[in-house]
Amino acid sequence: MDAAQLPDRFLTWFAERGWSPRPHQLALVDHLSNGQSTLLIAPTGAGKTLAGFLPSLLELNARGKPAPGSAGSGKLHTLYISPLKALAVDIARNLETPVRDMDLPITIETRTGDTPSHKRQRQKQRPPDILLTTPEQIALLLSDPASLDLFRTVKTVVLDELHALVTSKRGDLLALGLARLRALSPNLRTIGLSATVANPDDLRAYLVGQPGTDKRNLAELVHVSGGAEPDISILDSQERLPWSGHSSRYAMGEVFELIKAHRVTLVFVNTRSQAEAVFQELWRINVDTLPIALHHGSLDVGQRRKVEAAMASGGLRAVVATSSLDLGIDWGDIDLVINIGAPKGASRLAQRIGRANHRMDEPSKAILVPANRFEVLECQAALRASQRGDQDTPPLRKGALDVLAQHVLGLACADPLDPAAVYAEITSSETYRHLPWQTFERVLDFVATGGYALKSYDQYAKLRRGKDGLWRIAHPKIAQQYRLNVGTIVEAPMLKVRLVRSKADGRRTPVGRGGRVLGDIEEWFIEQLTAGDTFLFGGEILRFEGIRENEAYVSRAKTESPMIPSYQGGKFPLSTYLAESVRGMLANPESWRSLPEQVQEWLRLQHEKSKLPARDGLLVETFPRGNRHYMMCYPFEGRLAHQTLGMLLTKRLERLGARPMGFVANDYALSIWGLGDLSTLFSSGKICLDTLFEEDILGEDLDAWLAESFLMKRTFRYCAVIAGLIERRHPGQEKTGRQVTVSSDLIYDVLRAHEPDHILLEATWNDAAEGLLDISRLGELLARIKGRITHIGLERVSPLSVPVLLEIGKEPVYGEAMDDILADAAEDLVLEAMQ
Amino acid sequence: MNALTSQKDRFVAAPVCHDIQINGQLVGLHDSGVLWWPDQSVLVVADLHLEKGSSYARRGVMLPPYDTAETLERLAAAINAFDPACVIALGDSFHDPDGSDRLPPAYRAMLATLQINRNWIWVTGNHDPVAPVRLCGETVDEITIGPLTFRHEPLPKTDRQQIAGEVCGHLHPAARVRRYGRSIRRACFATDGARLVMPAFGALTGGLNVADPAFHLVFRRRQFSAFMLGNDRLYPFTASRLIAD
Repeated sequence: MDAAQLPDRFLTWFAERGWSPRPHQLALVDHLSNGQSTLLIAPTGAGKTLAGFLPSLLELNARGKPAPGSAGSGKLHTLYISPLKALAVDIARNLETPVRDMDLPITIETRTGDTPSHKRQRQKQRPPDILLTTPEQIALLLSDPASLDLFRTVKTVVLDELHALVTSKRGDLLALGLARLRALSPNLRTIGLSATVANPDDLRAYLVGQPGTDKRNLAELVHVSGGAEPDISILDSQERLPWSGHSSRYAMGEVFELIKAHRVTLVFVNTRSQAEAVFQELWRINVDTLPIALHHGSLDVGQRRKVEAAMASGGLRAVVATSSLDLGIDWGDIDLVINIGAPKGASRLAQRIGRANHRMDEPSKAILVPANRFEVLECQAALRASQRGDQDTPPLRKGALDVLAQHVLGLACADPLDPAAVYAEITSSETYRHLPWQTFERVLDFVATGGYALKSYDQYAKLRRGKDGLWRIAHPKIAQQYRLNVGTIVEAPMLKVRLVRSKADGRRTPVGRGGRVLGDIEEWFIEQLTAGDTFLFGGEILRFEGIRENEAYVSRAKTESPMIPSYQGGKFPLSTYLAESVRGMLANPESWRSLPEQVQEWLRLQHEKSKLPARDGLLVETFPRGNRHYMMCYPFEGRLAHQTLGMLLTKRLERLGARPMGFVANDYALSIWGLGDLSTLFSSGKICLDTLFEEDILGEDLDAWLAESFLMKRTFRYCAVIAGLIERRHPGQEKTGRQVTVSSDLIYDVLRAHEPDHILLEATWNDAAEGLLDISRLGELLARIKGRITHIGLERVSPLSVPVLLEIGKEPVYGEAMDDILADAAEDLVLEAMQ
Repeated sequence: MNALTSQKDRFVAAPVCHDIQINGQLVGLHDSGVLWWPDQSVLVVADLHLEKGSSYARRGVMLPPYDTAETLERLAAAINAFDPACVIALGDSFHDPDGSDRLPPAYRAMLATLQINRNWIWVTGNHDPVAPVRLCGETVDEITIGPLTFRHEPLPKTDRQQIAGEVCGHLHPAARVRRYGRSIRRACFATDGARLVMPAFGALTGGLNVADPAFHLVFRRRQFSAFMLGNDRLYPFTASRLIAD
């Protein structure tokens, strides 16, 4: 389409702003008018949002004014789906401006969890032309028989931040919703808006219906390249680079100077506790009292909204934030992004940097601040990837079975369910294209009666098959239950953090019940504290007082430094791409020149005293220290894979009589220690390293460990909630007495013992293999290093091992069986008694 | 299922118990969660919650239908090991009043087999206030044998005279200890020497931390011990060593 063909009021509108329609915006209009779905990949600032809505605005404009007196045409034309409800609200605001300016006859509304129920009800009867919403709301609407007609008129679905949506179970839920929408409105067109990704074809396939053959249908692609190259550098620190740790405290003086030298700085960190530590440190040295704020997902919502508003209005000089700020909301005029700690992935870093400077033709400026020496290597690798424009977004997920179960129940709530038709519909989505019919049947059986081999629940079935072969819900109550449980986000159990006065002031019980709520904190974090422990939260050092019902009581601590450091790792492990790049860098001393001198020296020392890890092999060092023997491995495959490997190796070493005692893992390396002389055991051939790292370790050993693994149990809980086996905990329900609720751990144990191939255990296993345990990556590692393991026995600690050894005592140590700990704790008492 | 154990298998050494005194009586706590009173050849088990799975399934929550099987198998193992003359099921043996009616025939038979040649006493509980249907055994609200009284729900600690020697269930005691930065939570026996609260035996039964105010009605604060159930042994702790959830 030529810009001149746009209707006059559009042309005038563009002209009044000194703009002209961009080629990609017009290309989208062309594709859509040909009935084609389209993926738009564009950098920040390219006018992505307007591009996504322009085709709809034109079509609705051409439709003309609706009959007088009606609020709109009464027909939903465009659905906009965003991963964040805040983003949907924000986009609605931005969209209203051109619609008002051009006086277009178009109604725009949002629908989120916050929308009042009378408005939601009205939206079903008289929908707006454009509805902005979230994947969960789509699922809810699709489960309602009354709203199916609503979707039959939909012409366009716009999916924002598609690259982020497709990486989680929400993306699976949305994929199923899209398949349903395509069935309801066969000529539906989709528009995906995305940042640059490694495999655009995955997203193109996600956007359209698949024919079910080996050939993939792809949406059209509009790729806006360019934008100015970002200006990224690694902080050239004058300070001494720490060996380990995650606080980057050493660099805070320099970070503060950078904030001073820029208008608005976004300081990104990986975890909540890192955010707290950085914020604390910045304020300690903030003699100029610059307005610096803190933003992370655990803070009280009101507090977060305040920070966001201050940011948007230009009232802040810097915000220290976790990924809660990662996605596309416009935060105003940011001219510097500082990334503290490891970037973890090249694409992830690129997206964070895109937060700075929303004008496409000016370079975004970003500075990376590695927290320790290993992170220098990682930052360097990420920097190179950015210069080359390399991407490391993960491949498209295989659709999760628990999400499918939820969807199937939703379908049955809306309409009698025909299994063959539903199967065809589900497998028309790229995400579930390869789902076998048998698995689908098992999912259906699960939804109906729990899917157990022992068919004892037929009389209580939630879905019943009628004589016509269609499945219907057995009772309207089931639809109510479904609505309470919809969605794929299962929050970790959280406790409210309430400020009270301290017990330490000589009172027997904490007082001030009505104290202020500071935010929410993960239950597992609080569980590891005892009264009197101090920790950072909300920018303050707090003293833990105790737990009352579902609240953690805290008081202001009078101490300078908190006792519980707790980094607890980020959610994301080092990407495979960066890992490989770091290994390559280590193996090639030529490439060290770009590294800081301190790091070069560290690597040279490693080369002298031990060996450098090879690019494709595995270096294993052993050395004695204290009265223990240590084994160091450097796979660079990310913390999750290393933890799993550590757990499995410890089991194996135990069986081989090497008496391991524990291990600690980070993103780069793994350290196992024990009482047996590992150097001798390995060099004498008593324990063969190739056998130790044999791929069969992923067989029985893994199985034995999984039985006990709390990671597995946590994953199971998430799956069980999403699949609807156990009900979601709703606010206010926690108080009903914990002994009454059925613990998902117990269900897991019973199920594993009696029906190990149950569909939910399969779903749990799939999740764990990809996520928490990173089994797939571990499998690739074991295959890669086969026959390429180098062992070197050392007299003493090697330079490369120091950062990992320093983490012992700071990170949780794994490997000791629960019962041993109990025995130890019990024996302590005996000793005390004997004294 | 090994419910049918032949006679000769019965003559094995009695399992190792942790011996304690309750109201002057020597009783053994076992890591399976049962109480063994050798002088009277009585085995006590609390809170079986049989048919809990189907009780939930009735409401559309399809818990695994294997809890009854699992619980009965473990109970059979304990009964075969101790070969008691009398078994006391200390209330909440069924998860709801209809539970015994729903009990599938195979498990009914299994229970009947366990009851052969021994007395069986069903103590009523809040979940099962009525006698189970189509099952042998005597149903009582509470029973006193010598210095020990067995009832489901502990009486509030007003009249200590009356309560000494009380063995009860109902509360599903669990304890938590912390060590090496990790905390471990297990079901447990809780006792102050005068009274004993038994752990819940059922497969799908959760626990209530002994630090919960509900236990203040039973024991004086921190004046009791918990015996946490481990693999093949019990781990004793005084209450002051335990932490809240």
